[in-house]
Amino acid sequence: MSMAAPKAGRLRQFDGRDRWVALAMAGIPTILHVALVWIPTIASILLSFTDWKGIRFSDINWVGFKNYEQIFTVFQKNFFQALINNSVLLIFLFIGPTALGIGLAYLLDRDIRGTRFFQGIFFTPVVLSLAVVGFMWQSVIYSTENGLATQLFGGGAAIDWIGNQSFLIPFGDDYGVSRNFVAILVAIAWRHTGYIMVLYLAGLKSVDTSLREAAKLDGSNEWQVFRHVVFPSLKPINVVVAVITVIEALRAFDIIYVLNTPRKTEVLSILTTNNLLGEGGGNVGRGSAYATILFVLCFGFVIWYVTNHYRATQEGADS
Amino acid sequence: MSTVAAVGPRRRGPINLGRILLYVFVALTALVWLVPIAGAIFASFRPFADTVRDGFFSWPSSLTLDNYRNAWEQGDIARKYWNTVVILLPALAFTLFFSSMVAFVCSRYSWRFNILLLSIFTAGNLLPQQIIIQPLFQFYNRVELPEWLSNSGKLNGSALGIILIHIAFQSGFCTFVLSNYMKLLPKSLNDAARIDGAGVWKQYWQIIMPLTLPAIAALATLEFTWIYNDFFWAVVLEQQGADRPITSSLANLGGEFFTDDNLIAAASMFVALPTLLVYLALQRYFIAGLTIGAEKG
Amino acid sequence: MTTRDNRRSPSPSRFGYSLNRRGLLKRAAGAAALGLSLPAGLTRAQVELGAATGDVTLGSNYSNAVPQQGLRAAVEALPNKNVNVIINEVDHNTFQENITTYLQNPDDVIPWFAGYRMRYFAAQELLGDITDVWDAGLNDSLAEGFKVASTADDGKQYFVPWTYYIWGIYYRPSLFEENGWTAPATMEDLQSLASNMQDAGIVPFGFGNDGRWPAMGTFDQLNFRLNGYQFHVDLMAGKESWTDERVKSVFTTWESLLPLHQENPNGRTWEEAAAAVVNKEAGMMTIGTFIGEVFPEGETDDLDFFAFPELNPEFGTETVEAPIDGWMMAREPGNVAGAKELLYHFGTADAQAAYLAVDPSKVAPSADVDTSLYSPLQQKVLEAVSAAPTVTQFLDRDTSPEFASNVAGQAFADFLADPSSIDSILEDMQAQAEAIFAE
Repeated sequence: MSMAAPKAGRLRQFDGRDRWVALAMAGIPTILHVALVWIPTIASILLSFTDWKGIRFSDINWVGFKNYEQIFTVFQKNFFQALINNSVLLIFLFIGPTALGIGLAYLLDRDIRGTRFFQGIFFTPVVLSLAVVGFMWQSVIYSTENGLATQLFGGGAAIDWIGNQSFLIPFGDDYGVSRNFVAILVAIAWRHTGYIMVLYLAGLKSVDTSLREAAKLDGSNEWQVFRHVVFPSLKPINVVVAVITVIEALRAFDIIYVLNTPRKTEVLSILTTNNLLGEGGGNVGRGSAYATILFVLCFGFVIWYVTNHYRATQEGADS
Repeated sequence: MSTVAAVGPRRRGPINLGRILLYVFVALTALVWLVPIAGAIFASFRPFADTVRDGFFSWPSSLTLDNYRNAWEQGDIARKYWNTVVILLPALAFTLFFSSMVAFVCSRYSWRFNILLLSIFTAGNLLPQQIIIQPLFQFYNRVELPEWLSNSGKLNGSALGIILIHIAFQSGFCTFVLSNYMKLLPKSLNDAARIDGAGVWKQYWQIIMPLTLPAIAALATLEFTWIYNDFFWAVVLEQQGADRPITSSLANLGGEFFTDDNLIAAASMFVALPTLLVYLALQRYFIAGLTIGAEKG
Repeated sequence: MTTRDNRRSPSPSRFGYSLNRRGLLKRAAGAAALGLSLPAGLTRAQVELGAATGDVTLGSNYSNAVPQQGLRAAVEALPNKNVNVIINEVDHNTFQENITTYLQNPDDVIPWFAGYRMRYFAAQELLGDITDVWDAGLNDSLAEGFKVASTADDGKQYFVPWTYYIWGIYYRPSLFEENGWTAPATMEDLQSLASNMQDAGIVPFGFGNDGRWPAMGTFDQLNFRLNGYQFHVDLMAGKESWTDERVKSVFTTWESLLPLHQENPNGRTWEEAAAAVVNKEAGMMTIGTFIGEVFPEGETDDLDFFAFPELNPEFGTETVEAPIDGWMMAREPGNVAGAKELLYHFGTADAQAAYLAVDPSKVAPSADVDTSLYSPLQQKVLEAVSAAPTVTQFLDRDTSPEFASNVAGQAFADFLADPSSIDSILEDMQAQAEAIFAE
């Protein structure tokens, strides 16, 4: 009966006790989430305008934009290099792990022998703890004298993978893409590819196989089938991968951190951690300013994604 | 949700050059992927002096289980596993419970704030941990708890504190995924239940949740690894080394100056083992977990 | 792991403590009497040794096997058995990384280093005053220098020295013997030794700077040799400028010495560099006594050091860098009496000897430790430090932590990667130092 008048039906979804039950079900988790995630976020933004040392509330002094000013002047070389590194990472994640991940997913989606086994291998790095991953790359692969990469490419000589901060691609005198950052990108690719691969594998499973077959019968070659049939139908996955990639590129932290953050490989999250928590931490004001910059970059993108996603849902629901 | 379904049989293509190349490419890439892992496993069975002398990839002069024994004892691994369990299980259970409730209310009913609420959760999940940590620490350090809940007498330094932030932070992603999933269940389910006189809680617990189980299972495996692998919260919010979960105590084997890499390698194996086992056993759910939200994204 | 069985000759006092419980109690009573019998003119509250009971929490960053066992042995030697010490072990790096948050919720007794940073924490009112622990007897057994190193800006003591070691140029005597080399006394000697080493196909200096702290050791040596103790200390405190010509001269000298060092230090851990010394691929290394930890079992005796040679006759070799590790008390410990008793114990010869019996890579500050049990290397460290008129800690202990880890460490890495860019590096350092020290 209420079906006939959906608007009225909506209002009558809850009555009496149900209203309170529903409110509690949504409210308690929301309070927890807001209290521990959003309120601290706002507090960090406020703290970025202070010179707080992080010990007593009574020592909080407002300093206006001083922390930001310092980041953009005396600490600019660190800051802009970090910004460059985040950007390079973003581009790299798209052309490296994402492309390779799609490729592997496409190959493994065919009925090849041992596909589960291969999937397992590629996905293993994703489930490993970062401490383990850091150890593997720092010691096993990139150790200057003993590492595998040195033994393979050094021809008997030592190679400084992690410490070589000279620019492979310089942007002027002070900035660029350093060699050790490239080495770290390889480690990041190792971890990220499996993630992307799995997302696309799932996406490919939902591609209508009859479309593929039909395209093949039309005489399209493998690439054309992928380009015109498979890839377009992966659009929802593409959106998710884009979101994950952008956010991961901005938030990137762990592998670089466990490798001791070699010089010129700093990213924004590392600068934040170093100033906020690290041995040289205790400068909550400046650390929070770094955190706020990172937040603003992430948040702009998050807003875009969330509004898009829910607008689409909304429209879907209303139509 | 076709992803959860098993892969149907497909015809195997004829053996041709392309196919061989395909195998070679996939196998070689897989080999490259295995190298760091194999290297760490290999190192874990060798004495420190050996690798210092000959490098990580050299013919071993002796193999030993000493690193494992020492790592187990020195790292107090048994206790660290237990610490992880104490944090992980409640965090996992409540993350799923809380986010399924929010997802249920927001996706099964239309009311004024549901989009806003979902947006808050979705966006919260995408925030960098660094922007949260300092105020959170300060807040935790000022909340007093009774002794039986916290050795330190504060929320800071208690398992509860770490559990709460895991729930709060992870429920962002889970709410997002579960609401996407629940939205696809037929609306008529609720209406039918309501006509039968079932209240909101009954509709959630008896009607919707059983149908959401595949998504819950998938999320559980995924969240298991994420919460297990976290070290950031635990390192900052727990000052007692002995009470830290296993991932954040791996570094415990490094000294002021000297670090025995082979010992660390053995300890890494202890750290990696649970997630690897869970992954191998529940691979199918894993993949589903990552993609349920994505499918209709 | 290196176990050093050859050195594990326990001091008699240690055995006295752990085996004979009655003797123990007697001793404790004696110590208490000593505490009470100090001049009555002192108005400060005295620590009543032996009276404490209950649990005391002890923070420990002694995370690898040898120091870990040593600390446990020292704790076991605590005479007052009514005090139950609970050790909270955290790995050294994590501990250091999180010191600021840790100090807001610390254990009763806290591991730390002497120097600027201890004084900084004391000034932030994060530490408990333990002047009375010193007055209870440590004044007698610890030299004045150690007391100075334990005193904060307010003139009170906040620190109990526990062990120390020395930075210098370490080498394997057997390698020197094989080649007929001797430890150099002057810079010329060092230069010619280095060229002899190069002729023999050996890199003169092992060098690793992964983690960005090891190179600070070389900087310190060069700076106080060239510019003297006072300039070094003032520079660390932000009172001198990094763009000063004297600082520039440190880097010019450093640059001239770099060809004698292993190349590309930034990606090499100090352990890897030390391994080159162990394997006789490198002749020597500017490092601390802890280099012994990398030496394989049975070869730990084949280690010696000499002081970094004179670079400026005005300052000679008068300054040594001998970082002191020790203990502090939380501002509001759960068990004040227990914490003070444990701190007092750590300042005594008994506790220090118990530790050194397990970890002989350090030296005890207490004058009462039986030095006849020391290895020749320990003896030498002891003599070098005792003879030095001025002692520094280490760059990251002598300056603001923020400056050390967020500025100096990075600047030195940049210099090592590209020495020619030193001018702009120093300008940035100065600008950043001003921003940090102004706060």
